[in-house]
Amino acid sequence: MSEELKADLVLDLKGLMCPIPVVRVSKAIKEVPVGGVIEATATDPGVLADVPAWAKSTGNEMVKTEREGKAIKFWVRRLK
Amino acid sequence: MAVDHSTTDVAQLAAEQTEEEKPKKCAIVMMSGDMDKAMAALSIATGAAAMGYQTSIFFTFWGLKIIQKGGPTGRSLFGRMLSLMNRGGIDRIGPSRLNMGGLGRWMFKRMMAAKGVTPLLELRQTAIDLGVRLIPCQMSMDVMEITEDDLIPEVEDCAGVATFIAEAGQAEINLFI
Repeated sequence: MSEELKADLVLDLKGLMCPIPVVRVSKAIKEVPVGGVIEATATDPGVLADVPAWAKSTGNEMVKTEREGKAIKFWVRRLK
Repeated sequence: MAVDHSTTDVAQLAAEQTEEEKPKKCAIVMMSGDMDKAMAALSIATGAAAMGYQTSIFFTFWGLKIIQKGGPTGRSLFGRMLSLMNRGGIDRIGPSRLNMGGLGRWMFKRMMAAKGVTPLLELRQTAIDLGVRLIPCQMSMDVMEITEDDLIPEVEDCAGVATFIAEAGQAEINLFI
């Protein structure tokens, strides 16, 4: 359940396409404290591969992903 | 022994520090002035910057069109003709295939907009905002009679191949587009 994760920042990435969702996430991660969580909703299916790749490359944590129809919800945690 | 130990520690620490501090880099040569290729280059550059890579794009030859303001250029007859037949500016460039005298450009722009793809101009601005370095090639500018005043103000000083090699030599990602 999404209620278990308290988001420090909520991002609306609906309608945005590559590379903008990853760009927005990378900008937003600087706005949450270390250990903080971003909750984002996107519609570009590319984020399913790209956000985990971004997290791995930048040393942050891909917490989880949920699909709600066409929307994709994901949570990332800032680790450093 | 103690000395050895501390030296190792220092060396290890230094190695760890350099590894941590050494930035990841991405170096791109933008040779083409085509809309589709510019889109690929700017998408990769913004993506790389978002993923923590220090990214530079070297604009050479037709690629200069992507960082031109879009006004007429050239001094000599040939230089002015070049600008007349092949005007620079990110809004004027067309796709590498099916441009059909500008119809293709119009069509692609519409199709991209319909799908919510970021327009090139905005993508270039995003790259600039993320700190992507835009470096024009001095030699191409001289040949094509394009001056620094013809380029957008966000570009860095013109440079040559040595600057590119210095950057590319440290970069994990090197692309020629």
